Amino acid sequence: MKSRGGGIAVIFCVLLWDLNCLAALGGDVSSVQSDALHLQGTLRVTPNALYALHEIETPTGIQVREYVSPAGKVFAVAWQGPWRPDLHQLLGSYFVPFQQAARASKQRPGRAPLSIHQANLFVEHSGQMRFFRGRAYLSDEFPAGVKAESIR
Amino acid sequence: MKAARVACLTNFTAVIAAACLLADCGGSGSHTNTIIPPGTNVMAISVNGGAAGNYANGVFTSVTVCIPSTTNCQTISSVLVDTGSYGLRLLSSAGGGALTLSLPTQAGPIGQCGLFVDGYTWGPVATADIQMASEKANGVPVQIIDSTFSTVPTACNNAGGGVEMDDLHSLGANGILGVGPFLQDCGSACTATGSSNPGLYYNCASAPCQVTAQPLAQQVSNPVGFFATDNNGVIVELPAVASAAASISGSLVFGIGTQTNNGLRTATVFPLDSNGFTTSFHNVSYPAFIDSGSNGLFFLDSTTTSIPVCSDNSFYCPSGNTSLSAIIVSGGARETVMFAVQNADNLFSVANVNVFPGLAAPNPGTFDWGLPFFFGRNVFTAIESRSTPGGTGPYWAF
Repeated sequence: MKSRGGGIAVIFCVLLWDLNCLAALGGDVSSVQSDALHLQGTLRVTPNALYALHEIETPTGIQVREYVSPAGKVFAVAWQGPWRPDLHQLLGSYFVPFQQAARASKQRPGRAPLSIHQANLFVEHSGQMRFFRGRAYLSDEFPAGVKAESIR
Repeated sequence: MKAARVACLTNFTAVIAAACLLADCGGSGSHTNTIIPPGTNVMAISVNGGAAGNYANGVFTSVTVCIPSTTNCQTISSVLVDTGSYGLRLLSSAGGGALTLSLPTQAGPIGQCGLFVDGYTWGPVATADIQMASEKANGVPVQIIDSTFSTVPTACNNAGGGVEMDDLHSLGANGILGVGPFLQDCGSACTATGSSNPGLYYNCASAPCQVTAQPLAQQVSNPVGFFATDNNGVIVELPAVASAAASISGSLVFGIGTQTNNGLRTATVFPLDSNGFTTSFHNVSYPAFIDSGSNGLFFLDSTTTSIPVCSDNSFYCPSGNTSLSAIIVSGGARETVMFAVQNADNLFSVANVNVFPGLAAPNPGTFDWGLPFFFGRNVFTAIESRSTPGGTGPYWAF
């Protein structure tokens, strides 16, 4: 039932090229908080056996990938590009926990990639000015068979 | 006891460096490198904890900043030397704020959102004359980091993950000197109007600030590109470090192949082009970069490297020193790099130590060759579109 609902949402997106078909991390794909619309990106949806991959290319050249489970839930997002994406949009309700953890992450001062691990929330951000890449995922929301290495 | 051992190692390194200067060692494959003493195109740099006192693996220098076309200047100390960013950014409070707050701001005024991997800087774009060693860069757009300059735009805070770096505590330095392989911190993307503009520059004539198209000449810029000579890149030269130490000294050399003291010699050139700059580990290729502003070696993950992480999931914490090798590749250029990982909990347990050759942490799917990579290895950063004896930039060479 849940699986079928997710599939219908995916088909709906593909048919209408609807930019309202993405949600933030932990969000429901059918509840439709639109990352693509917010990011003004073009969307491509590729379903596979384990999840549906929603790819957005923003006009500023950032590639965003959202991983949607068969139950229709965004369990991971990944990004890459010359700038940082709108993390408030991509992380949704997890933005504030991420922000607090990032601020508290340094044992000592020092510029370094971010690696946040709080309960089920993982956020990793790497790169340097004019080249960034990162990912965020909910480890307890992975569909069966999905590994963290797949999120990139 | 510990301090005495560190002092001996430092002396030992100095002796080796001196011997190499005399014997013209060249450094290829060995763990020694020639370090040019300060001079007209050479600025002293130091890994010493910086103004915060305990910055781990931060390489700092002093930069003299002047109000344009005047002799009203001030030297700002503890500025981070960063080959991974572009342009000079100074805390408004640096040096007491006497000069930073007197620099003329760009008409608008223009506010800027400086995006770093672990946060962002916000504040006005000002114009300064900059002096480093005997080199002068006049009329350079710089950023004054000042959270009281208008309200931070929501888009800037959201892109920066809500982590604003606006004081000595959060920045860990009085400023950042970005001398990486590009001329500006944004480039042509920020000159565009409409949705393709990434939103790094804002007109703050009225609140809230609005994204604005910023011409290249007015973007925060690598000051090395403004020099009259020696303007095609830099070399970061730091000694080899056998174990954790209180501080080390080295040189930031301006120009590549423009003087007798800044030739490429035996260095291999790694172009930054569409072929990609990668690192191969256990026969798998990963995206990679070199960055003096990253304070450790950040690479892959515990599963891939078989190195355990510390109890707080931050750095790697092997039980003993772990030696590894990887191959840096760009186009036809390849170089095997040997490196070591040490237990970060043990490293941080010793007081008054700021130099950590074995500080490393996970960075899934990526190799970030941070400051420890520079120890004992002269690293060249060539600027885009500038010609050098090793070809036109951008490239890294070592």
